[in-house]
Amino acid sequence: MSHAGAARGAGARPGLRALARAVRTGALSAEALCAERLEAAGTLGRRLGAINHLPADAALAAARAVDAAVRRGEDPGPLAGIPVALKDNLCTVDSPTTCSSKILGGYQPPYDATAIARLRAAGAVILAKTNMDEFAMGSSTENSAFEPCRNPWDPERVPGGSSGGSAALVASGIVPAALGSDTGGSVRQPASLCGIVGLLPTWGRVSRSGLVAFASSLDQIGTLTASTEDAALLLGVIAGADPLDDTSAPEPVPDYVSACGEPLSGLTFGVPEEYFGPGADGDVRAQVERAIEAVRAGGGRVVPVSLPHTEWAIATYYIVATAEASSNLARFDGVRYGPRAAGARDLESLYADTRGAGFGNEVRRRIMLGTYVLSAGYYDAFYLKAQRVRESLRADFLEAFRKVDLLLTPTAPTPAFRIGEKSADPLAMYLSDIFTATSNLANVPALSLPCGLSGTGLPIGLQVIGPPFGERRIFRAASAIESAVGFCAQPALRFESRLAAAAVS
Amino acid sequence: MPISPADVLKVARLAHLRLTESEAESFARQLGSILDYIRKLESLPQEPAQAGASPPPGGRLRDDEPRPSLPRDRALAAAPESEAGLFRVPPVI
Repeated sequence: MSHAGAARGAGARPGLRALARAVRTGALSAEALCAERLEAAGTLGRRLGAINHLPADAALAAARAVDAAVRRGEDPGPLAGIPVALKDNLCTVDSPTTCSSKILGGYQPPYDATAIARLRAAGAVILAKTNMDEFAMGSSTENSAFEPCRNPWDPERVPGGSSGGSAALVASGIVPAALGSDTGGSVRQPASLCGIVGLLPTWGRVSRSGLVAFASSLDQIGTLTASTEDAALLLGVIAGADPLDDTSAPEPVPDYVSACGEPLSGLTFGVPEEYFGPGADGDVRAQVERAIEAVRAGGGRVVPVSLPHTEWAIATYYIVATAEASSNLARFDGVRYGPRAAGARDLESLYADTRGAGFGNEVRRRIMLGTYVLSAGYYDAFYLKAQRVRESLRADFLEAFRKVDLLLTPTAPTPAFRIGEKSADPLAMYLSDIFTATSNLANVPALSLPCGLSGTGLPIGLQVIGPPFGERRIFRAASAIESAVGFCAQPALRFESRLAAAAVS
Repeated sequence: MPISPADVLKVARLAHLRLTESEAESFARQLGSILDYIRKLESLPQEPAQAGASPPPGGRLRDDEPRPSLPRDRALAAAPESEAGLFRVPPVI
């Protein structure tokens, strides 16, 4: 068993490497695995409100093609037969992509996102498109035009968001891996609330061609998995330059998986005092501090650091993100895709009627806020000021990384909250991103891993933040922390795979 | 910072969003409290921009050579109305 796998405890689910190996050796049929997971997604997955679309025929056909390749003696790739779920803002050629919005109801993209094409080329089977906050705007997956998504640890609570459906499917064991998108914490916060590993790669590390844009200077595709090693394997497949996305980075993609299992000693960790103030819940602080003790005991050096602009991060984030969203979402106007409002007599009313009826409350709120902060008379006071603060915030991080290798913080200020608890108060919901939005503003990578449970038995995430393109260093530290902390609790609502357990035992 | 339902309707017009009067009232309350929060940036002294701190620039240039693009029929496939290879919309004027 791999180093990272050892941290999962007895009876734990096999990792991606073990599953793919079983498929490549013929010990496990990709088709049978796919059928088993489709069944689980159609029952438990739907009960959790995690599923937007289940492209069953396409998934089974892809799985059969993997089995056929194995029979011919070919290598189907490092993710052979692995069922993967995708947030419903990632374009797929064989299933709808709706962003959980009425304005994209039934939309069928004409191409695959680059990250999805790379998953398929590596042998992965696209199993489901998952529920999300509409256009990735939210922290609870309640802002969905379909239904709210539920947390497998307690179905009365939210899974976090906006990639809540992807997080719920991985946490409940229905799929071993999923992709989401992270603009202010939308992969890491749901990973934290669902007790799994969520990675925000460096801005530019993964091509965004085919990711429906929300805020282009912040958006990045990220991974949701049961372990750090699985995140490393998945990132290695989807990372790298892409001619279809000029913002994708030319930096070479290193071997991420080999970082898992390297020791903590030799690494210096900074603990920013601003992340441990009254904003963080007591249980969260206690569990994260316990994990930091484990880092120290494991040979890591831990020093205090300061990120002085943290206090202004959320205000900055909600100006930059909404300004960019108001521009990006202008393309949804009832002309090129999605349904159109009936009865409009001229083009202007077609736009206003289609958009007024097609977007939900949170999306309309953010489009209006973005329009407001960019409008004449307010541009300098809000937008330009926010750009300045963003530069200072980024400078805080680069300064800290001159002294330390990585930063350790809580991922979310609280464990999973109740459905409805924050939905009437947009500002309270925005503060859920207080520890995560800073990484997006600074364009640095960060990973959340589970480090303990609250008094009420809900998972708590530790965030490991690295310098730009420092993913390999993050994986090294996170896999060692994973082993040291030994988190192996499982959610109440979960799927137990007989096939996977038998094939890798 | 108070923002009136009339202000909300003006912003909604700029953003091409049809709102009802009652929607404008509830958005005015919510946007007012969010604007109060983001005005905390005013408490931060104006600082000089940090050299080299800007996000990495995107948009590397490529040679101006034609590349294959999405075929017209596939680009039109998701449109609510199309005709003769074009998107169809109501009268513009």
